[in-house]
Amino acid sequence: MSMRTPLGRVMGLGSAKEGTRHWWMQRVTAIALIGLGFWFMVALVSIGEMTYSDTVSWLSRPANAILLASFLLALLYHSKLGIQIVIEDYVSAPVLKVSGLLISVFVHLFLAVAGVVSILRISSGGLS
Amino acid sequence: MTNDHRPLSPFHHYKPQLTSVLSFAHRLSGIALSVSALGLVWWLILLADGPESLTRLDFLSSVVGQLLLGLVSLAFFYHLCNGVRHLFWDMGMGFEISRTYLSGWLVLAATLVMWLIFWAFCSGLVGGRL
Repeated sequence: MSMRTPLGRVMGLGSAKEGTRHWWMQRVTAIALIGLGFWFMVALVSIGEMTYSDTVSWLSRPANAILLASFLLALLYHSKLGIQIVIEDYVSAPVLKVSGLLISVFVHLFLAVAGVVSILRISSGGLS
Repeated sequence: MTNDHRPLSPFHHYKPQLTSVLSFAHRLSGIALSVSALGLVWWLILLADGPESLTRLDFLSSVVGQLLLGLVSLAFFYHLCNGVRHLFWDMGMGFEISRTYLSGWLVLAATLVMWLIFWAFCSGLVGGRL
């Protein structure tokens, strides 16, 4: 016995049944970012002068490369969820909203791929 | 029934309060940090490309560059501290008005302390660069 109107059912209105997951993953990534974020700031200080050779030798240690990749992926996941909320809240025109959401997803995926590939290249010393 | 000139939010009519200002700052710092992620990945791509490419980030040593990094790190520590405040709210803690204001001031104090410690270390150990 559904209380929904036939029109609402036909138009597919109502919950998309995935709000909880969005909310939950935002918290999961937030908790991960507490530790990884502090690690990153301490790491920045520890690299010293941040010259090319200092930074590359720091990233060539596997633990640093792994943690940096984890930080970057958690950050981008969290950022994707946050930017999605901002767009959904403030952009009401459907065309702008959908294209904004699409661009956001593509940019975040691109940054994840570009970041991880770069970290792997630096850390494996694959420089010509 | 529709009136396009209705005020949609009380935002422009309310006196700014600590709670609303911090809430707005959380979104603003989040957006700023998302944009900063572009810079972080750009840094990694330049590093992967070699020493000559990294010189494209030399502008970060300038006054404007340092100011930019200062603001990004401030947004980082603020979003981190206020995010922890949100996690406590998610556990159902600290909803009383007095507690909300107390945690708000705590977040501001913690942000300032972390930011100052970070830059004390950076300026002491890093010298001109970063």
